[in-house]
Amino acid sequence: MTSIEQNSSASPQESVLAIINSKAPFSSSHGKDALDVALIFAAFEQKVSLFFQGDGVYQLMDKQDGSLLGIKDYLKTFSAFEFYDIEDIYVCQPSLASRQLDEDFHIDDVQVLSSIEFGLALNRHQHVLRF
Amino acid sequence: MAIALIFQDKIIPTDKHGYLLDHQLWQKELALVMANHDNFELTDAHWEVINFVREFYLTYNTSPAIRALTKAMKAEFGAEKASSRYLYKLFPEGPAKQATKYAGLPKPARCI
Repeated sequence: MTSIEQNSSASPQESVLAIINSKAPFSSSHGKDALDVALIFAAFEQKVSLFFQGDGVYQLMDKQDGSLLGIKDYLKTFSAFEFYDIEDIYVCQPSLASRQLDEDFHIDDVQVLSSIEFGLALNRHQHVLRF
Repeated sequence: MAIALIFQDKIIPTDKHGYLLDHQLWQKELALVMANHDNFELTDAHWEVINFVREFYLTYNTSPAIRALTKAMKAEFGAEKASSRYLYKLFPEGPAKQATKYAGLPKPARCI
């Protein structure tokens, strides 16, 4: 975790927590840490939204297997989001484009947003954690 | 200090709470030995949950928290078996905690 931001403009009835993933999987523990926090909040019935931007978009790419590196492949856990009621998953379109990645993800129901939409979606949350 | 888990003349490595360190060493007979150590009787209803939790772990690489477990079980077994009340009746010390133990999985990092 590198920063916590409080969003004073969001009203209380809006989603509680946004988690921004900005790092590629497996090169550091950021992605796994972000997932753990998301699942903890979800287990306590707190509404969590996930945002992917920058190199974080690589976490949504298919056909990766951390276990080849001797790391637990936490990306497989993304497929269990439905059981945690984690439904709002947003990815930044320019981040995909600048890395020449297709909108082809290993989980369903990912919403691809423009920079402006991405910012607006983020603004609907009371708290933002960036990993 | 954990009680050494001996199965078919081999010592099975466990953590201090008796959870297997390598889930691939698990088999049904081993689960019976583990439950026996705890004086805990496994019925068919317990097995249904244990097998389900193990399948969940193998699919998603994580042990389900109780809420996720009930939600996932609802699709599989129907609403009456998918309540935390039902699961706590079967596993009074906590379904996520106990079922994962006998399913040979690591102790869940998140405790509910």
